[in-house]
Amino acid sequence: MTSEILLAGFGGQGILFAGKVLAYCGLAAEREVSWLPSYGPEMRGGTCNCSVILSDEPIGAPTVYDPDILMAMNEPSFLKFSDKVKAGGKIFIDSTLVDSRSSRDDITVYEIPATQLAEENGLTGGANIILLGLIIAKTGIISDKDIEAAISKIVPPTKPKLIENNMKAISIGRNYGC
Amino acid sequence: MSQEKKLMKGNEALAEAAIRSGCKCYFGYPITPQTEIAAYMAKRMPKVGGVFVQAESEIAAINMVYGAASTGTRCMTSSSSPGISLKSEGISYLAGSDLPCVIVNVQRGGPGLGGIQPSQSDYYMAAKAGGHGDFHMLVFAPSSVQEMADLAALAFESADKYRMPAMIFADGLLGQMMEPVAFPEISPAMPEKPWACTGHGNKREHNIVNSLYLVPEELERSNFERFARYETVKKELTLYDNFLTEDADIIVTAYGASARIARSAVTAARAQGIKAGLIRPKTLWPFPVQAYRDALSTAKAYLSVEMSMGQMVDDVRLAIECSRPVHFFGHTGGVVPTPSEVLEQIRKINSGLAK
Repeated sequence: MTSEILLAGFGGQGILFAGKVLAYCGLAAEREVSWLPSYGPEMRGGTCNCSVILSDEPIGAPTVYDPDILMAMNEPSFLKFSDKVKAGGKIFIDSTLVDSRSSRDDITVYEIPATQLAEENGLTGGANIILLGLIIAKTGIISDKDIEAAISKIVPPTKPKLIENNMKAISIGRNYGC
Repeated sequence: MSQEKKLMKGNEALAEAAIRSGCKCYFGYPITPQTEIAAYMAKRMPKVGGVFVQAESEIAAINMVYGAASTGTRCMTSSSSPGISLKSEGISYLAGSDLPCVIVNVQRGGPGLGGIQPSQSDYYMAAKAGGHGDFHMLVFAPSSVQEMADLAALAFESADKYRMPAMIFADGLLGQMMEPVAFPEISPAMPEKPWACTGHGNKREHNIVNSLYLVPEELERSNFERFARYETVKKELTLYDNFLTEDADIIVTAYGASARIARSAVTAARAQGIKAGLIRPKTLWPFPVQAYRDALSTAKAYLSVEMSMGQMVDDVRLAIECSRPVHFFGHTGGVVPTPSEVLEQIRKINSGLAK
């Protein structure tokens, strides 16, 4: 199986970091993995996206044009990419920041006020990981074991508090709407 | 073997592999999309007893490479397309002086200052005309993060073995993407370099590293000698990968990032019953001429896919002496071809064959 995932939002929202967490999950699960950032004269507040592919086959092109899964963390990203999602695909949106809705009936859209939930739970900046929690719950592309391994791999061991916060954010997303 | 795989950017994996291969001096100058190499070297080199210098320009950096290489030290510089143009004078001097070194080009769109997105439009510069004069350099074309590491190691070894500058010829996509990579535990074999200028202590004749020959016959002799060595390199170091070529009607060919896209397209074409295969050169000089000739037994047409206006396609035509149609598809200026576009080309060629 191959999952092509596109994560998009503003610079500074942790789009690349969330992609890295997904990629490490794939690595922990011993799958084929690629992670490709959009790069350019980017800056905080500008747009930013990254392509992640998790697969059981060797990965050819690392660029994701028609994602199976789109995570949209701002309005421009949603408008730019929602029509590109494959039929049967899933879109995860941060409803605190995205107002538009898709008119497509061949995809499933999951909404979560991730930025608001992050603020309320003292996890400012953790909206990206809350969304990942929801993606885990609704797609099953990542196991609980792998997400924990991935987060402890990325967060420097000198900052154990960050592991705890990220795992808290995962569980907020995962349990949302349950 | 250290089997634990890490996620790294291509640029970082290349830098780490260089250090593990015994690279002791790195001279760089920042330019997107290869700056991670310099950043990695700045962090790591002081910890492994190496030297990192951010030079005042690309020209200064390549001439620092000349100096370090003259002492037999494994050394490297890296840049992206416009910076490599600046280095080309130094590259010619390195080749003329038979100095081993590694030069990395993480290509971006051109000409001129161009853009910063991935490109492969420096093929001619790498494979044909790295500078003035009669010479070649070894040109390695990695296609994954693992190969960024593996071919870096091979580049250092081969540069020493053949006393030639070696280029790692990548692009912004390979430099920026992350994939799992493992580094084999190696203790690099450092060959004797009796030609190196390391001080003679009045015990032997002094060595001279130089590319100036004012007597034409002497210069010609040195060029003849170098080209004889190139023939050995062609026999020993021509590298390529075949994918589904055994029965292929259509041979798609691409290197580096384009090869990944072409491979996706070939897989999709096979799923539609089209007999497509892929030849992926891993060395662009020497060029894997024989791979294209071998494919003639089944191939009815060739298709070169590049992020350029069509450069390697010339070498494919030469390899098979134009005995089959050789098509070209590409994008340029930083636009990356998509697998579906390449598939469309394959389909078009295939329907032409049926007629």
